[in-house]
Amino acid sequence: MAQQKEVAARKLPGSLETNRRLDRWLRINADGTVTVTPGKVEIGQGILTALVQMVAEELDINVERIRLIPASTAQSPDEGITSGSRSIQESGLALRHAAAEARDLLLERAAHKLGVTLEQLTVEDGVVTARSGGSATYWELATADLLTRESNIDVVAKMPAEHRVVGKSLARVDIPGKVTGQPSYVQDMVLPGMLHGRIARPPGPRARLKAINLKEVEQMPGVVAVVRDGSFLGVVAAREEQAIRAERRLARIAEWDTGAALPTSDPRHLLTLDAETEVISDKGDPATAGAQQFTAEYTKPYLAHASLAPSCAVAHWEGGKSDGKVRIWTHSQGIYPLRGDMAQVLGLPEADIVITHSEGAGCYGHNAADDVTLDAALLARAVPGKPVRVQWMREDEFAWEPFSSPMVVRMNASLDAKGNIINWGHELWSHAHSTRPGSRGGVNLTAAWHLEKPLPAAKPGNPPLPGGGSHRNAIPLYEFPNQKVTNHLIRQSPLRTSAMRGLGSHANAFAIECFMDELAAAAGADPLEFRLRHLQDARAKAVLEKVAKMAQWQPGEKGDGERGRGIAFARYKNLAAYMAVIAEVHVTEEVRVTRLWGAVDVGQAINPDGVINQIEGGMIQSASWTLKERIDFDGTGVITRNWEEYPIMTFVEVPEVEVALINRPEAPPVGAGEGTQGPTSAAIGNAIYNALGARLRDMPFTRDRIIAALSA
Amino acid sequence: MALTLNVNGKARAVEADAETPLLYALRNDLGLVGTRYGCGIGQCGTCTVIIDGKAVQSCDVPVSSAVGKQITTVEALAGDADLHPLQRAFIEEQAAQCGYCASGILMAAKALLDSNPDPDDSAIRSALEGNLCRCGTHGRILRAIKRAAKEMRRA
Repeated sequence: MAQQKEVAARKLPGSLETNRRLDRWLRINADGTVTVTPGKVEIGQGILTALVQMVAEELDINVERIRLIPASTAQSPDEGITSGSRSIQESGLALRHAAAEARDLLLERAAHKLGVTLEQLTVEDGVVTARSGGSATYWELATADLLTRESNIDVVAKMPAEHRVVGKSLARVDIPGKVTGQPSYVQDMVLPGMLHGRIARPPGPRARLKAINLKEVEQMPGVVAVVRDGSFLGVVAAREEQAIRAERRLARIAEWDTGAALPTSDPRHLLTLDAETEVISDKGDPATAGAQQFTAEYTKPYLAHASLAPSCAVAHWEGGKSDGKVRIWTHSQGIYPLRGDMAQVLGLPEADIVITHSEGAGCYGHNAADDVTLDAALLARAVPGKPVRVQWMREDEFAWEPFSSPMVVRMNASLDAKGNIINWGHELWSHAHSTRPGSRGGVNLTAAWHLEKPLPAAKPGNPPLPGGGSHRNAIPLYEFPNQKVTNHLIRQSPLRTSAMRGLGSHANAFAIECFMDELAAAAGADPLEFRLRHLQDARAKAVLEKVAKMAQWQPGEKGDGERGRGIAFARYKNLAAYMAVIAEVHVTEEVRVTRLWGAVDVGQAINPDGVINQIEGGMIQSASWTLKERIDFDGTGVITRNWEEYPIMTFVEVPEVEVALINRPEAPPVGAGEGTQGPTSAAIGNAIYNALGARLRDMPFTRDRIIAALSA
Repeated sequence: MALTLNVNGKARAVEADAETPLLYALRNDLGLVGTRYGCGIGQCGTCTVIIDGKAVQSCDVPVSSAVGKQITTVEALAGDADLHPLQRAFIEEQAAQCGYCASGILMAAKALLDSNPDPDDSAIRSALEGNLCRCGTHGRILRAIKRAAKEMRRA
């Protein structure tokens, strides 16, 4: 019985557990190619290149043989959402296993055909050769039924020491097309007879349409249809600029009831709201008093993903309003969850909605990709038979994308007489970090809430521990004898909030790592040594020591009133990538980050340069959040609606970045996309303290806040 | 109205209102989709093309005012046989994550290198001040441009 139980508990790797058919993942073709159909999607992170490497490795074929098919509800495995830095663990490990199994099946056939045992076979780029002579190729061995079966759990993938393709830096498969101006994004799609659509959104989330004279817009040049459904207002035109002009006219002549005033955008507004409170870690006696007590409060504002390409989708509706079929191309991170929500809004069976992924710009989390997909379908329904391309305007994206939640984090701690931390407290306040489609009990698509018969939103979600949402990285990796960590979740927010790179880990790791720095200073300790003495995890210590070596960190190094350096660390979700950062700043009345050093451990690195590229980018983006970014709103709606009002770091401002990868081929591979955000912000905060002796605890660290800190 | 544009060395007919942004004429009338919409008000650089030797944001240029000028888009950066050194350098340095900013930056960099074959780091950064990159690929892009400049000087 015990043994049976154990077998039942074994799971297939990654998403193979829930999509067990091998032919959902790959096909071996007679023409010498291998078709791979992952359910995860490219969002600028280079995932597809890493997946190609993992398949080529297990099959023993050249990477050039692999044909990637974009994820589509027509044929791809349902892998949920491409998020949380989980694609290598979920899609990669599934494909690794499926490819290893395909290789085993092909070798069995080869052995049978050549009349030899498996041990006598070797494979080189799909050619199976017997030691005694004779060979066969995958392409002749494969038949249509080869992979029409469920995966077998007992297949064994290669050992890391055998890897020839994995662990090497393979050039990204998509870059040549992108630097030669080839159509590369859903924004570039052209279908015969395609029309252009735009949406005239309300001035804010609580505004409702009172009245509008549609006739005036219907008569504008090129306008094919004007769609009004409750407060949802859109236009379809023959040419893109005609659609834009019509949308502007709609926005100008519409009469809106702006609704109840929104509260302040100050993150501390969170402290005034009713919260669901949960103690997520309680160890020893958190009331233990040491020789010295400390408290500090840190905040981050609402932030925007601010993808460079405003969101876009193309929809092609055929048939009637209630019995039609629609095909849609979108840069959504989750085509299946999106299809479920779309079916509810459109009143169609899921099978009549085919959603295919087509790349957009980098998304960094849940941006407006899903919302524009519904917009496109609603406009296409008004012009059946004609494809409609809808792209949001820049101001739509800034005003209506789901934002990263503001957060407040209050820390307290005590030091004993030796300067060690003997108790630790962490209390956080946050809105929800997940309002994606596919949530139970409602529809999470903007247009659905504006229709005459609106579909209510699902209850905003908060991914559970151990990964966590608002409380991601709230439990310290440091070892303290007494600690208490409390999560105050306020689900309802003035602006819609959802997942953005790192979720709550950004603010939590920022607060933990700045507070560690404050405590180190109080203890008269070097910030690196202070961290190491409170850590047990060898891989954590290794990234800290590595980054210190790279930056030639000097114990107890002091800033000079303008220049300074700071260090910080986190293990993403406490279970994924280890990341340590040192920042160098030059502060006058503004903060300039001049250099960043990073050391990262993602376990087995599938594509080392791909990991480094992600880490460099994450560090720069985090520096930009830390110094410059804040979404602001007034009583009606968002007022930061363009790149001047929401500035990000420019080429003139970006620091030099140096990243070292500690590759551990024997350790499971984990994602690289998000672990940089908290440590980088904290390292910058700590560097400013090191430079000035003044502590900034509220992001972004703008000129006003520097001046205030200097004059305090 | 009927307009004739000189794009990538060829005369191309466009039927559009005079004030239509050049960006939409390039993308939708001429099928040159490598030039991309990012903000529509000249703040992000994704739609950068070269007009008479200067890097210009095409979302901000009425199509009628581009008549009679030489317009170059990213599609014409490569020669018939070879990629432009900038394109090769972007591939060699793996200077993209999502890549949406790439064509605008390539065109801004080409305009810079055509007028200043040996720019220093700060000249390159200044030339790209109007080009945003959200993925944080700046370091690789700067390295790629320096690599291309070096190669072009050698040629």
